[in-house]
Amino acid sequence: MKKDKKMTLTLPVEELMSCGHLACQGCGATLAMRDMLKALGQKTALCIPACCWAVIDGAYPYSSLDVPIYHCAFETAASTATGVKAGLEMTGDTETTVVAWAGDGGTFDIGLQALSGAAERNEDIIYVCYDNEAYMNTGIQRSSATPYGAWTTTTPVKHFKNRPKKDISAIMAAHGIPYIATASIAYPEDFVKKMKKAKDISGTRFFHVFAPCPTGWKSRPDDSVKLARMAVQNAVFPLFEIEDGTKLTLNMKLKDKKPIKDYLRLQGRFRHLTEDQIAAMQAEVDARWLRLLERAGD
Amino acid sequence: MKKVMMGNHALSYGAMLSRARVISAYPITPQTQVVELLSEMCADGSLDARFIKVESEHSAMASCIGASVAGARTFTATSAQGLALMHEMLHWASGGRHPVVMGNINRSMAPGWSIWTDQNDSLSERDTGWMQYYCSSNQEVLDTVIQAFKVSEALMIPAMVILDAFSLSHTYEVVELPDQAEVDKFLPPFDPEIRLTPKDPHAFGGLTSPEHYFELRYKLEMDMQKAPALIEETGREYEKLFGRRLGLVDPYLCDDAGLILVTSGTAGSTARVAVDALRQAGVKAGNLRIKVLRPFPFEVVRAILRKAAKVAVVDRNISYGAHGIFYQEVKSALYGRPGMPPVFGFIAGLGGRDITVDTFKEVVDHTLGHEAADEAIVWIGVKK
Repeated sequence: MKKDKKMTLTLPVEELMSCGHLACQGCGATLAMRDMLKALGQKTALCIPACCWAVIDGAYPYSSLDVPIYHCAFETAASTATGVKAGLEMTGDTETTVVAWAGDGGTFDIGLQALSGAAERNEDIIYVCYDNEAYMNTGIQRSSATPYGAWTTTTPVKHFKNRPKKDISAIMAAHGIPYIATASIAYPEDFVKKMKKAKDISGTRFFHVFAPCPTGWKSRPDDSVKLARMAVQNAVFPLFEIEDGTKLTLNMKLKDKKPIKDYLRLQGRFRHLTEDQIAAMQAEVDARWLRLLERAGD
Repeated sequence: MKKVMMGNHALSYGAMLSRARVISAYPITPQTQVVELLSEMCADGSLDARFIKVESEHSAMASCIGASVAGARTFTATSAQGLALMHEMLHWASGGRHPVVMGNINRSMAPGWSIWTDQNDSLSERDTGWMQYYCSSNQEVLDTVIQAFKVSEALMIPAMVILDAFSLSHTYEVVELPDQAEVDKFLPPFDPEIRLTPKDPHAFGGLTSPEHYFELRYKLEMDMQKAPALIEETGREYEKLFGRRLGLVDPYLCDDAGLILVTSGTAGSTARVAVDALRQAGVKAGNLRIKVLRPFPFEVVRAILRKAAKVAVVDRNISYGAHGIFYQEVKSALYGRPGMPPVFGFIAGLGGRDITVDTFKEVVDHTLGHEAADEAIVWIGVKK
């Protein structure tokens, strides 16, 4: 008889997301949800505005998640979650973790006012923005999370996006909320660890999760995790935490920071960029990384 | 206990006596005293509720919806621009079947900026699936908030309790405060059958195909149709406990009236003074104040108006290109039935211009002076 191999599990076994959901192949947002629910467990309630996940979960009367979901209006993830938390508390449920789960359009753009309001009041919710860098659910239109250089259906190649991505974690840090973290589907252990940490903090907690989208990025579905990993290793999307709006900790130090060129080349949305434009993007990423190192005191 | 209070505070006391558990609101003139008093009540513990001080009316309604789906009795108040900003969420509250109760102070829509009363704010939300109660006294405001929670929670349909800016919101009247224990008997705690909880996970309001959406709307309308009888029934129950009847309409000297003036809101009180004066002058006038606009009380309106020779509807609102809104509603209630009186329509008091006894005298002169009503709007008191 073969001896059973012992394996150390680095993630909780519990699965609160089932198969049968409606995501595209290689969807990063789907992995992000799966990881988050592993960290938070079943005593969780989600508020999901218009975004890919409003569809991914499944059409009425089906749901692929074993936690309750309130599908809310586009700009109301934070305000609806605020109400749900208040309602649960006032009816005797102080245990359930209430999560606003929104895409980048619902966070960086249309939902920013409600998010800022909730953060300023320090509402006791976890806000997760899964960022696929455009309005993917409506067919790949640019958002203020779309990076410089990217093609989308509203930033065609002749007029590609020429403004950088909005710095959402800096905006949230300016609110002085207790906890902010970036996370990546390529580093689930890091994501789950930080989400578990956040669960035990009260007040507004904000997660910015990098979630590649093969449909919108014109990349291969089997490259999604690879792209997410590259984005961490080349500092396009560094992993860090900010506590109380000021204390910044880098979760992944980059001794051998990779160039962004290889990352860009795997995505059709950047195909049109010239060497000069890529060099300009590299310079921008480098400058941002240096600022981050400075803030982390490294 | 009797207390002298402004109309806005009647809303606050109504929410307090109803034991609202979550209140979420944003300030707007002339609503502010509603939420100021409620926030004091929450702070001093006389009301055990969470007050969320949101950054907009849109977020106010969104958080009320969130709290309601979690199972909490929920209240808010707004006016005019604030109500318009909520518009998307008003559909959300009714479509999602969340029995939020909201005070709305009727204020004219900008531009130009106006803080004074007319009804175009709430009437612009007529078709959002909310019940609408138009009140004419502070006592009625307080009583109606309590009743509205009971009706809304039975049907899972939200409701607006509406009062005129300044002529009611800032007018002080004596109000009888019902005993809390008696109110608790009338209005037990909110305990919805289905709520957002990890103990019984459901997805609320997700993607709904043409296969299912139509039926959801049919069910909403079927429940809305139960509202008139339920409003009457709870109104009688309220009368037994507190001595004040709450109905769909409020008729005054209509039984033998040859001419009935149809009004809503505080204009009804003025209409009654006019009716008394007209009767002294030998004109058999009456007043029908329509309190509930949605659901529209077709039967009772028909039953009262059919006896009159002429009906004059005074609207403090306008649907541009299609006359006053109560006028349209009353006409549609009477249309196609034999023996119904002609209905005359008047626009008065927009932007807070006073509606006085003289306003009604002009309305009566016009109505008595014409055989039949034509489609043209008759404007009262406008400087042409």
